Amino acid sequence: MNKLKILTNGFIKENPTLVLVLGTCPTLAVTTSLTNALGMGLATTFVLIMSNLLISMLKSLIPDKVRIAAYIIVIATFVSIVDLLIQAYVPVLASSLGIFIPLIVVNCIVLGRAEAFASKNSVFDSLLDGIGMGVGFTIALSIIGFIRELLGAFSILGQKIIPGDGILMFVLAPGAFFVFGFTIALVRRLQKK
Amino acid sequence: MAKKETTLLQLVLSLCLISIVAAAGLAAVYTITKEPISISQKQKKVDAIKSVLPGFKGQTQESKILLPNDEDSVTVNLAFNGNQLFGAAVETYTDKAFKGSFTLMVGFDSLGNIIGTEVLTANETPGLGDKIDKKKDANFSAQFLKKNPTEFNMKVKKDGGDVDAITAATISSRAFCDALTRAHSAFLKAKEVSNE
Repeated sequence: MNKLKILTNGFIKENPTLVLVLGTCPTLAVTTSLTNALGMGLATTFVLIMSNLLISMLKSLIPDKVRIAAYIIVIATFVSIVDLLIQAYVPVLASSLGIFIPLIVVNCIVLGRAEAFASKNSVFDSLLDGIGMGVGFTIALSIIGFIRELLGAFSILGQKIIPGDGILMFVLAPGAFFVFGFTIALVRRLQKK
Repeated sequence: MAKKETTLLQLVLSLCLISIVAAAGLAAVYTITKEPISISQKQKKVDAIKSVLPGFKGQTQESKILLPNDEDSVTVNLAFNGNQLFGAAVETYTDKAFKGSFTLMVGFDSLGNIIGTEVLTANETPGLGDKIDKKKDANFSAQFLKKNPTEFNMKVKKDGGDVDAITAATISSRAFCDALTRAHSAFLKAKEVSNE
């Protein structure tokens, strides 16, 4: 496969959230504002890149029978590292993302890419795939976060742009499902053309 | 991708090896970040104390107060200007919140009037219960300022008290009152202890 294609695959064509529909839990939960969505996206991207890299390096060493356990150890280690780094250097983000950082461990995008891509491809290709998928995840989260913050709080990145309280529903869980669903529908529609 | 048959020993060894390397990496990061994390947590507390005690520049003296019928103790930071009691910043909590519990920092002057509130950790519904935080909504927490819980009935109007609850977030409002009442009792007790 051509390298550029591997990189850009995750952006739209095989976008992990909007096309593969993986990792919906963080997608629905942290997209209440654009800042949260970006923070979560970047943290997940870091974990994806690092775990893809390491797993593709170790793929010949890890016995097939225990590969899932080994992947989870690798992923959990990087997630804990991200969690500690965010707590230490960006405490504001840590308090707004809260429990969702440790929960990247169970984000199936990370394990999915480890199993489906990194365990079968070269180190460099896995790196590209990690970046691509991470960026795709961040894009998807940002779109949803942007719409929910705009409609739910009438603000962008915490800046009020229209006076008023916002449409509460978009901040709550039902709004997350609505925006998520419509975004998926829109992407499908655009892809068909 | 057919791999050679692996023996049990190989499985155990490879998993052990990965775990050891992972643990070592994690330990290294933990050591590096330990200092900044504790600094930022302390800073957060210092900032909160400062924000609920406007105008205070002296020393605080920390004590833990366990109230009767409570499971957890409350941290009272008595604030002194020299020997004069300025008031206190009380780190209080409630377990009656809509999502379990939240913690607040509450500032009192020496007479027990509330002079400031600050949400430390809360997980209330965005757009509803999170209005207990003055950064999200200025109106709710402002009604407690300059009020003394001994005469101000610390209950929502629905329960016969003096507090205007947040629309559609009565539980969070009740929990907020619960935390403030706890803070006030702890403050009185700490004041009594320090006078002795």
